[in-house]
Amino acid sequence: MWEYTDELKDHFFNPRNVGEVENPDGVGEVGSLACGDALKLTFKLDQNGRIMDAQFKTFGCASAIATSSVLTEMIKGKTLDEAAKITNKDIADYLGGLPEQKMHCSVMGREALEAAIENYRTGGKKKHELEGRVICNCFGVTENEINRVIRENNLTTVEQVTNYCKAGGGCGGCQGEIEKIIEEIQGDKIEEIAAPAPRPAARLTNIQKIQLIQQTVNEQIRPALRAHGGNIELIDVEGDKVIVAFRGMCSQCMLAEYTMKDLVEAKLREFVLDTLFVEEDKDSTQQPHNHRG
Amino acid sequence: MDTVYFDNNATTKVAEEVLEEMKPLFCQLYGNPSSMHTFGGQMGRKIRQARQQAAHLLGCEPAEIIFTSGGTESDNTSIKGTLAAAPNKRKVITTRVEHPAVLAACRDLENHGYTVVELAVDKEGRLDLAELEELLDDDTALVTIMYANNETGVIFPIDKIAELVTGKGIVFHTDAVQVIGKIPLNLSKSNIDLLSLSAHKLHGPKGVGILYVRKGTRLTPFMVGGHQEAGKRAGTENVPGIVGLGKACELAAQNLEEENSKVKYLRDKLEDALLKKCPGSRVNGDRENRLPNTSNISFEYVEGEAILLMLDKFGICASSGSACTSGSLEPSHVLRAMGVPFTSAHGSIRFSLSRYNTEAEVDYTIEKMPPIINRLRELSPFVAG
Repeated sequence: MWEYTDELKDHFFNPRNVGEVENPDGVGEVGSLACGDALKLTFKLDQNGRIMDAQFKTFGCASAIATSSVLTEMIKGKTLDEAAKITNKDIADYLGGLPEQKMHCSVMGREALEAAIENYRTGGKKKHELEGRVICNCFGVTENEINRVIRENNLTTVEQVTNYCKAGGGCGGCQGEIEKIIEEIQGDKIEEIAAPAPRPAARLTNIQKIQLIQQTVNEQIRPALRAHGGNIELIDVEGDKVIVAFRGMCSQCMLAEYTMKDLVEAKLREFVLDTLFVEEDKDSTQQPHNHRG
Repeated sequence: MDTVYFDNNATTKVAEEVLEEMKPLFCQLYGNPSSMHTFGGQMGRKIRQARQQAAHLLGCEPAEIIFTSGGTESDNTSIKGTLAAAPNKRKVITTRVEHPAVLAACRDLENHGYTVVELAVDKEGRLDLAELEELLDDDTALVTIMYANNETGVIFPIDKIAELVTGKGIVFHTDAVQVIGKIPLNLSKSNIDLLSLSAHKLHGPKGVGILYVRKGTRLTPFMVGGHQEAGKRAGTENVPGIVGLGKACELAAQNLEEENSKVKYLRDKLEDALLKKCPGSRVNGDRENRLPNTSNISFEYVEGEAILLMLDKFGICASSGSACTSGSLEPSHVLRAMGVPFTSAHGSIRFSLSRYNTEAEVDYTIEKMPPIINRLRELSPFVAG
């Protein structure tokens, strides 16, 4: 059971400003049914450019509904410049805090507000669009968005990033990339907090190499393949040659546009040794398949 | 109305009769059955009695029962113990809808060089036995398939599957944690080799369970140490737990009929009324082959955690396959495996009843639920109006 504050419960059981403003000046829509939460924010300005009315409609859990409700309260009476300064942290603080795993609800609130302001400033033409390279395919989270939650909330772990914007919380295949982004932004700080990871020795012993390959397959490669109904088996390692077998790949798989071999090779080179190359086990087609279709 | 407990697939109330049996075993009769003195040694008789009570419910020999710490230990022992006893075989077959105790244990095997095949289910949550049959080969050490699903209540044709699997000389394990006491079982007439059950799902105490091991099944012990449980599971016996479990088994055998008549009637009444009163709702899972106590209903365009919190305000306890209740970000792996669309998966609620539920509780829930759904739909941007 989640530890929700009394403020949050109050806003969930008695949400303020539910609905849609008639003839709104700004509309912001974020999230989707697939993601499990979605928010539509509408507002109207008075003659002085202040937000006169703001209403919301939200599909989602108790904290998603409560953060939406509190957001409408927070922005009423503000100019758009003032409203634009509200961060996800402000929203969470207003509710007396959110459980760590629910911080993404406050980020959704801030995103909806931004989308609505943008929609107003482009004369209602522009709808919220993803900007930048998509890092997390499962939840459609871009590099820009990940950058931003890391900076604004001073995040230092992948788990935190997942809590704040969902990235990495699906198949987990992008967790390596998120870790890199964190390192780029927080590089110095991470070293202060945790001891730096031991650097691999200049030359790996055979045992270390094979262990590292197995670990990379388990942690970096298999989760991504599994999410799309596939799997991989490490058959053997001979020098720099890594022999693998693929199981049950779907033809409609998102990853089908790459050759699997290249993808695995890239990951192994990134995490183990850049001289590695991958070969597919010839007998693998005779193996049972994990997936129909 | 105080607490209305419709979450019996999560855990159950300990029956008063069970507690009474357990009470003297803490401060008065606290001896160790392995001791030489009468004070401890007499506890051996209590454990023997519990073993008989359990064997009676399962329709097996008392010697085929090993007491464990619960379902998760029984599952882990079955999987790891079977593989350790057959080091030449490298393949395990399971399903995508297993309880995490089985699924996580199997997926971990992949990291140790095993091939794990997860069978798909159809929209109703059913398996394709022809697909299973095709997969059975000489390299297969173990097939582990749950008896009934904890989220949907869908029952798999386990006797048929056990016949198919053991006919090829492959060990068959089933996690039967959800079915014991809900449907009749006769292991002497079935080909199941290994079966897990847990006391706290049948009105017994938490922290104790059973692993049924058919005579002649090869299994390497998982817990080693003392000679308890005929050397198959070391560790001083959880005497109060085992005695409580024995009593719970005895009561379950007596109440099987009620489970399939009264409990089923209440479940059906609740389910039919909610489907009728809440448009845009549907049952998840095969309604024909289902546990009599379980109903998994999806309410479209609303989110499960929000429903649970509103039910909680009225003292009604249920659970959800929604992502938001588990701390993960994706809805239940069971509903996803069944291809339940996202519009429904996030809004799924599981009601699981027991013989302690009353018709008044069902009527109360039928009254409270529709306004909750309507209220949340008013908030939803996906519902017009």
